[in-house]
Amino acid sequence: MLTIDRAAGAALAVFALVVLWESRRLPLGSLSNPGPAYMPVGLAVLLLFGGIGIAVLGSGSAPLSSLGFRGEWRHTVAIFAACAFCAVGLERLGYRLTIFVALLFLLFVVERKGAVPSLVFAAGFAAGTFLLFDTLLRVPLPRGPLGL
Amino acid sequence: MLETLHNLAVGFSVALSPPVMLYAFVGCVIGTLVGVLPGVGPLAGISLLLPATFGMDATRAIVMLAGIYYGAMYGGSTTSILMRIPGEAASVMTCIDGYAMARKGRAGAALAIAAVGSYVAGSVSVVGLMLLAPPLAAFALRFGPPEYFALLLFGLLVLAYMSSGSMLKSLAMAALGLLLGMVGIDQMSGYFRYAYGVVELGDGLGVVPVAVGLFGVAEILATAGQPVGPKVLKPKLRELLPSREEWRQSVAPIGRGTVLGFLIGIIPGSAHIISSFVSYALEKKLSKHPEEFGHGAVAGVAGPESANNSATSGAFVPMLALGVPSGPIPAVMLAALMVHGVSPGPLLIKQQPELFWGFIASMYVGNIVLLVLNLPLVGLFVNLLRIPYPYLYPAILAFSILGVYAVNGSVVDVWIMLVMGVLGYVLRKLDFETAPIVLGVVLAPMIELALRQSLAMSDGHYAIFFQRPISATLLAVALIMIVLSLRTFVRRGLDWRARMALAEKGES
Repeated sequence: MLTIDRAAGAALAVFALVVLWESRRLPLGSLSNPGPAYMPVGLAVLLLFGGIGIAVLGSGSAPLSSLGFRGEWRHTVAIFAACAFCAVGLERLGYRLTIFVALLFLLFVVERKGAVPSLVFAAGFAAGTFLLFDTLLRVPLPRGPLGL
Repeated sequence: MLETLHNLAVGFSVALSPPVMLYAFVGCVIGTLVGVLPGVGPLAGISLLLPATFGMDATRAIVMLAGIYYGAMYGGSTTSILMRIPGEAASVMTCIDGYAMARKGRAGAALAIAAVGSYVAGSVSVVGLMLLAPPLAAFALRFGPPEYFALLLFGLLVLAYMSSGSMLKSLAMAALGLLLGMVGIDQMSGYFRYAYGVVELGDGLGVVPVAVGLFGVAEILATAGQPVGPKVLKPKLRELLPSREEWRQSVAPIGRGTVLGFLIGIIPGSAHIISSFVSYALEKKLSKHPEEFGHGAVAGVAGPESANNSATSGAFVPMLALGVPSGPIPAVMLAALMVHGVSPGPLLIKQQPELFWGFIASMYVGNIVLLVLNLPLVGLFVNLLRIPYPYLYPAILAFSILGVYAVNGSVVDVWIMLVMGVLGYVLRKLDFETAPIVLGVVLAPMIELALRQSLAMSDGHYAIFFQRPISATLLAVALIMIVLSLRTFVRRGLDWRARMALAEKGES
């Protein structure tokens, strides 16, 4: 049976193998004179054994199917998409416009709040935090081509 | 001693200056808010407010950030007692008896005991910090690369040992964190490692995006879809005074929690969380009426609340004296100091006495501010919990993006935060601790540099780590810990870490 620990251990082991594969481009050095790949390779080997250990000892943990993603996935995907939009839009659209759109999306589309409260909250938050951080605390925030 | 008092007087001259007091006050207020709001722990709070300190001098910045840290410890107890929701992880134990007291109509008394206990512990433990940090820093001047390597390795192993749940999983997380810390330019050879052409990754993964992602964003991803809106108890001001019997029952647990919390705080690990758990277990063991625990025992509130506050001061000892963070929160504080051009370590106290002693003195001031803030204004802070979560989490998310972006003005950091958020969310689901990852990311470059410098010193002989007494001792203790954890594993019994994991999940 595929348990949580078995799946997690296998994932860690695969990640360790990827690191080992990627490390082949870097000089390993020697035991007495380590190169730039020495420590990453050592750690990846450690993680590989750790992952295998977790997988081997993980037969008693809960089954993977018991993980409850069902009620959350809609929010999880939406939040991820909003954050990704912010990362893409922050320097292209400017802080205020990006945050306004992201908040509006989360409130109006995901949380299904009314149009007016969503608009007021999104606009107020974007403008208020810009005023606080950029204008008052002098933390430079991107303005974008539209000056927003 | 006379010199210490003189230095403290210098510190108070800094801490009592109006601007520093203002920042201590602001930090305490924000910290209390951070502690009250579920999902925004002190780590995310400090990380998010870091960019706001850029325009300040280093003393004001560190005073404000420290205020957030211990303010969160105070604030965390409020929601634990009134709603059975731990505002932050260290308040998990307070939920049990604090909420039980509240249901018996003693919410005010529980809040007052938690606040007074936190105040006493916070103030007394600062004395410990004040007395212990300078001699430790003087001792650390003898440290060379082998000692630092052993110390850092020891720190990581202790963190894994102290984490709740499986040590193998914690060690795997520490290794993962160290691996993530390998991204960027190799300090000795100048090679770009795992950067894939992204210039911004040359400096490595920043601790702020990693911490905010693993703790802040992951929490939002896990909780956003869940229905919320529990009943909020709101005590009146006149109900805040505990009875004489309740005071009597809380004196000894506060004393024990203070000492225990400080000692655990010095040891690497998520000290404030562990200390509250150990304190609760100790009080239950020492109690003449252990059956009262879980049903509103005063000691079950006084002990853990004192311990988690005391641990915050203890955690500053290795950070300030050795430049070595003992957990993820000190790691972010360390990064904050570095942003301001301050290098914590043995020379900090000598080179920047005003910063060090001003910081110490500000903690006394901060504890008084928090006591004054928390009791009369508890109703005000509780009102925050009435903000519907569908409005709260988008705001927290926007603050996270703002805070992370502002540190370096780079969207790459926002992407790192996002990836770490997803990683943290998945790891939480899979029952893994994420604190060792943050510490691993911070310690990785230090450990690697210390290892390679040590080998350069010894012509490549690893015996150097065992020939020097300090490093040999540290490595021996680390080895003993591994053996101890293997013993528990072989016996297949529930050790204290497993019990703590169950308690954190609310299963005990």
